[in-house]
Amino acid sequence: MKPCQSCGQPSTVHLCHPASGQEPYELHLCTPCAEKQNLLVGKELQISAIVQIMITKFGGETAEKLSRLTCPSCGLHYTEFRSQGRLGCPHDYEAFRTGLMPLLERIHRKTVHIGKRPRQRPKATPADVLELRKQLSEAIHQEAYERAAQLRDLIRQKETNG
Amino acid sequence: MMNFDELARSPGEWLRGTGPESDVVVSSRIRLARNIVNFPFTNRASAMQRGELEQLIRERFTKSDWGFEFNYLTVHTLSPVDREFLRERQLLSRELAGTEGPRGVAFEVQETRSVMVNEEDHLRLQVLRSGFQLDEAWQDIDGLDDKVEERITYAFSDEFGYLTACPTNVGTGMRASVMLHLPALQFTKQLEKVFRALQKINLAVRGLYGEGTRASGDFYQISNQVTLGKDEGTILKEIREVIPQIIHYEREARKALMQQYQPLVQDKVSRAYGTLKAATMMSADEMMDLLSTVRLGIALEMIDDLTIPLLNMLFLQTQPSHLIKLTGRSLTNEEHNVERATYLRHKLGELSNKN
Repeated sequence: MKPCQSCGQPSTVHLCHPASGQEPYELHLCTPCAEKQNLLVGKELQISAIVQIMITKFGGETAEKLSRLTCPSCGLHYTEFRSQGRLGCPHDYEAFRTGLMPLLERIHRKTVHIGKRPRQRPKATPADVLELRKQLSEAIHQEAYERAAQLRDLIRQKETNG
Repeated sequence: MMNFDELARSPGEWLRGTGPESDVVVSSRIRLARNIVNFPFTNRASAMQRGELEQLIRERFTKSDWGFEFNYLTVHTLSPVDREFLRERQLLSRELAGTEGPRGVAFEVQETRSVMVNEEDHLRLQVLRSGFQLDEAWQDIDGLDDKVEERITYAFSDEFGYLTACPTNVGTGMRASVMLHLPALQFTKQLEKVFRALQKINLAVRGLYGEGTRASGDFYQISNQVTLGKDEGTILKEIREVIPQIIHYEREARKALMQQYQPLVQDKVSRAYGTLKAATMMSADEMMDLLSTVRLGIALEMIDDLTIPLLNMLFLQTQPSHLIKLTGRSLTNEEHNVERATYLRHKLGELSNKN
């Protein structure tokens, strides 16, 4: 049995990620240390915490540059993605491209989709609807509910008619 | 409004226990993660946006002809017991059963096809089939996906495919899994070897109720990890090719058990069956172990008055929220254990009287 990499006790939690052309990434921890790192809560593995480890491990060396990235559409910071393991909107794939590419390579060993494609493509131009959405949340924030209702109807109209 | 009590008495598709290779394969499942264009992902959406999304999707599901009947439930208006009840039937994920805010689930009466709304992704399409039926499950879900796509515009990129909240799902958005019962490989301590081989070809092994759950009752889910850069056919082919090998190993291990330890196994099976028929209190964990042993006993033809479909029924109906539905009142932990044992005694007693 491998010792816990944190305290040297016998390990009970093992994470292994095979990496092409390199030694596989391995992590061995005892139950208390895994719990301390939030990998294990109530005997169950926390997938988001594992993803977070992988992002930190494989996010590339330009971490400093990456940490300043923000998605113009949903406002998510790259650092928030790193800590939560979840993206904020479809546009993040563009906005965080530099950080995501090595991560996708690690997870899937590929970076380009092959397979099913929808027959239907987005009709409404995302940019103008997103702008309207931004205005909508501002209107709500300012408690301008009449304006908010107008915007909501406009967005709905654009989305249904294209 | 649908009748949960009626639903509680039927097994649901994945526990029908009739599909191909059902001595080893419990069920096959495929899910597709899909998001709707022009909305942030669920975790980033405001309460109002989630409400708007849920309403938009609900309208699409309830106000158009799908060629089959969909029940639609607004999950946030259900009681915690009802949500757990749907989770026990695998119609809701743990996340959807537990979180707050507007969310929904649409499912067919037969419970084969279902769609979760405002899970980690806006839509999680799912098909469950009894036994080893991955190809059939793919045909079902591919068709369902086409129908959803006619009504809702997906977030999709030519480069990255279907865009998902977690980069581990991007591309096809597909997770295909097969649930196996592997008691003999467990007993003969060969499981580790099988799992190591699976991990080498990038397949994941999980417990009964999916992500992060422990293996209970020797039930294991084998699923793909890669979703990007491989088409659906290739991903399914990789799983389809490896499952018959595991089935073969399990059957070989069962044969070996019979040759080397027949009296020991017979005793273990008889004691397990006897305990199920006689106990007056039983925890869910103990029951899982006993049902697993009895299931093996049925496959080894040591028990002849019990069938796998009936065993599956017992398993489902003694889950906590199903027990509450069947008894019609809320239960403490201890009462759960009493009701579970009573139910098993009663059902298995009926069976002995028939013979």
